[in-house]
Amino acid sequence: MGVILLYLIPIMAGIPLIGAILIFLNHNAKTRGYTIYATVVAMMISALALMITWIQDGSNTWYLYTQTEWMDKAMQAFEILLMVFIVYMCFKYKRRWISLLAILQTGLTLWVEYTIPLVESTHTQVDSLALLMCIICAFIGGLIGIYSVGYMKSYHENHKGVLDRSSTFLALIFVFMSAMFGLVLSSNLIWMYFFWEITSVISFLLIGYTKTEEAITNSFRALWMNLFGGFGFAVAIWLCAMWNHSVQLNEIVASANPMIIGMLALAGLTKSAQLPFSTWLFGAMVAPTPSSALLHSATMVKAGVYLLIRLAPALNGSLCGTIVSFIGGFTFIMTSLMAIAQNDAKKVLAFSTISNLGLIVACAGIGVEQTVWAAIFLMIFHSSSKSMLFEAVGATENSIGSRDIENMHGLILRLPKLAYVMGIGIAGMYLAPFGMLISKWVALKAFVDSGNVLLVICIAFGSASTMFYWTKWLGKLIAMHKPRVPDRDVTRKDEYFSMAVLCAITISLCLLFPLLAGYVVNPIVLSLFGATTDVLSMSELTTMVIMVCSVLIVPAMMFLVTRMAPRDIVPTYMNGINVGDNSHFTDSFGQSKKLHLSNWYLRFEFGRRRLLKPSQILAASVLIVTFAVLLGGVLS
Amino acid sequence: MTRVLSLILYLILAPFVGAFLDGIDRKITARMQGRKGPPIWQPFYDLFKLFSKQMIAVNSVQLLLNCSYLIFLAVAGGMVFFGTDILMSLFILSTADMFLILAASSDSSPYSNIGASREMMQMMSYEPMTLLIAVGFYLATGSFRVDEIIAQETCAFWMMPGLFVGFILIMAIKLRKSPFDLSTSHHAHQEVVKGITTEMSGPTLAIMEIGEYYEKMLLLAVVALFFIDSSIISWILGIVLCLGVYFLEILIDNVCARVNWHKLLDICWLITLLCGGINILILMLI
Repeated sequence: MGVILLYLIPIMAGIPLIGAILIFLNHNAKTRGYTIYATVVAMMISALALMITWIQDGSNTWYLYTQTEWMDKAMQAFEILLMVFIVYMCFKYKRRWISLLAILQTGLTLWVEYTIPLVESTHTQVDSLALLMCIICAFIGGLIGIYSVGYMKSYHENHKGVLDRSSTFLALIFVFMSAMFGLVLSSNLIWMYFFWEITSVISFLLIGYTKTEEAITNSFRALWMNLFGGFGFAVAIWLCAMWNHSVQLNEIVASANPMIIGMLALAGLTKSAQLPFSTWLFGAMVAPTPSSALLHSATMVKAGVYLLIRLAPALNGSLCGTIVSFIGGFTFIMTSLMAIAQNDAKKVLAFSTISNLGLIVACAGIGVEQTVWAAIFLMIFHSSSKSMLFEAVGATENSIGSRDIENMHGLILRLPKLAYVMGIGIAGMYLAPFGMLISKWVALKAFVDSGNVLLVICIAFGSASTMFYWTKWLGKLIAMHKPRVPDRDVTRKDEYFSMAVLCAITISLCLLFPLLAGYVVNPIVLSLFGATTDVLSMSELTTMVIMVCSVLIVPAMMFLVTRMAPRDIVPTYMNGINVGDNSHFTDSFGQSKKLHLSNWYLRFEFGRRRLLKPSQILAASVLIVTFAVLLGGVLS
Repeated sequence: MTRVLSLILYLILAPFVGAFLDGIDRKITARMQGRKGPPIWQPFYDLFKLFSKQMIAVNSVQLLLNCSYLIFLAVAGGMVFFGTDILMSLFILSTADMFLILAASSDSSPYSNIGASREMMQMMSYEPMTLLIAVGFYLATGSFRVDEIIAQETCAFWMMPGLFVGFILIMAIKLRKSPFDLSTSHHAHQEVVKGITTEMSGPTLAIMEIGEYYEKMLLLAVVALFFIDSSIISWILGIVLCLGVYFLEILIDNVCARVNWHKLLDICWLITLLCGGINILILMLI
């Protein structure tokens, strides 16, 4: 057992890495596809193997790898390489000041490692939360990997102007997953920081894939924001080493030094794109869809909230915790308002991602058992529903050449399968009694119990606007409007496979809600807090499952019932005479006029132009004041 | 046993009581406007007539979506009358409303699309208040469950007067009363034809109407929930006050001119923040 165990983690993190190298070297699209499938399967199996071994071992937290000298050296070398690469890119694209951030933080960590003696300790830890993240990353990330094989082919058929660097792109996706495994399994801040930096740099490369002016600007924005968070991380490492001579994450949580926690929370906030750092996430939508799906549903942003959830016990009741939960709640409401004004489907998804993350962050910031319970649920449901939505939007864009929600009018007749996937994803995001809404319910209950009126109000208003933007999208999809020219569905089999599996996962997660609570979420809360409370009782959970069934069954049953009803189909009322196809009417000059239907976007009221700047300024000033107070506490 | 009985009674009687109240509503409204008004049983005649009409539809899914709307409203109301979670019931209520919006958006008709958009706006306006009301009940009585709320020593109203004011407001929206009848109106002076129901006719429309009756009874039940405690008198008081609130809604309907969506959103969110937010804050502090 012991020997296998020691190799299991390197194997798991190594598989995507080896896969990435093979993918990178292979320029034949067909064999590259098979390599990807094989890598994904191997990755899933290894993640499952790790989990099963861990459960068989008695589900105790493992602390592994004390002596890792050569690995540390390799990491340091790689960190320097990364820094040189960033500096090179910054100078190449004339954004020289960003290189400063990279040099500073890499220099700082290296200096700490060589000058400050640290107590010898372990480097990785395997516990239920880390394993959950591994499973999410391996399965959802893996499915996105499968999807990207077909997607990239269609993408380059539609975007002839973009240089085909698919093998680099696909390889980077797998390197990213490898780094993500490393990140969640690290117990040591220095290791975690290393993987943190890799995810920052890879997201930068993925966002800049198309190398258009916009892509480059946005990728550098993502880079500097994430490096800024990384800088916070580096400062936290330095402080830990200086004060405690230990950089173990659980010791930091136990000692709960406000300055260190604050710095780490800053890193978490940037990674999870909270205000004022939200702009990098919606800028990241210029990248091909698989990278958006991967970065914004299953991995990158989840790394941020993962760190915050780890910190949750230390955040509870402290100044940092209050601020983190405020920023989260504020982000939740502001970004869900801004999402109303977006007509680009990916932008809507981006805003909704940020707002859901805000909710998770708010839960983590309160840092009691119930809120963390809700946060973990939100994380699970969000990753499955959101990745599915991203995939469906990407596939639709390849087929109809646009990702504007207005152009998805009547998608249910044009591309029925994609419309169903999208519909299930959307329902999963906000409808009672699907996962996200239940999690929101739990969060609401937990906020009420913790006596935080501000967050209760945030969640009340935020879910109202969430409802608005999803419903109007759903309304567009369901319009029964036959197009003149049928659309050709260019979605490939592997894309459909990925979406179908994600659909199945989303629905079964809702059905298995009670099991999920009992076997996954409760143990995690237990391991973080040493105690766990059922926020929802078993009877409530079962009611929920019955409700999910009824939501699925009722429309289906009604479909069967109403299908029998005989009816005459008539044209719609248009005030002018309907020409007969429900899309033209005769106007007062007797000419046939085209009817245009559009959703409500309320750009003037809820547009980014109006809301983004003030909310960024508010969030930034709150952060600045907080750090001033923390710094004052340290110096006095 | 009483729970099952109340559920069954709700499922069977709600449409009848709802339609009857609607008849009274139309009569009172007519008298307020100096008209004679239709007979009290008019809503029943209307329903019979609608069901006997020829089935014409603009597409194949509208009926299915309207049926789902009806079922979910019945489920949401049933949850309250069965004594389960009120927050969940309100969530299901929103889900039901979403089916109506989808039914209206399922045809590419300009008027029903405008109606659907406005319905969404209405939903966005009242949604925060509904959540806060459920939270208020939880804070005032320690439970989201209806059966535990009504078993309290004193009624919840004294703890949550601000939320009650807010509820009267959102009830006006839900009952499609002026000044908030944006998506469709019971009055003839509609500039968007018939809004969300423009393309519904015959049995499809009848199903939607029955759904609305279920919804009306659910809303009145929530009004009663504010006043009912463990004593018998409170039940009578609750029913009387339900009727009082219903009369108030009719009065509001007849003395107000319709506002635009801007005003609707502003009024609702402001009152939610002021009445609801402050009420919740006080409940949390005590």
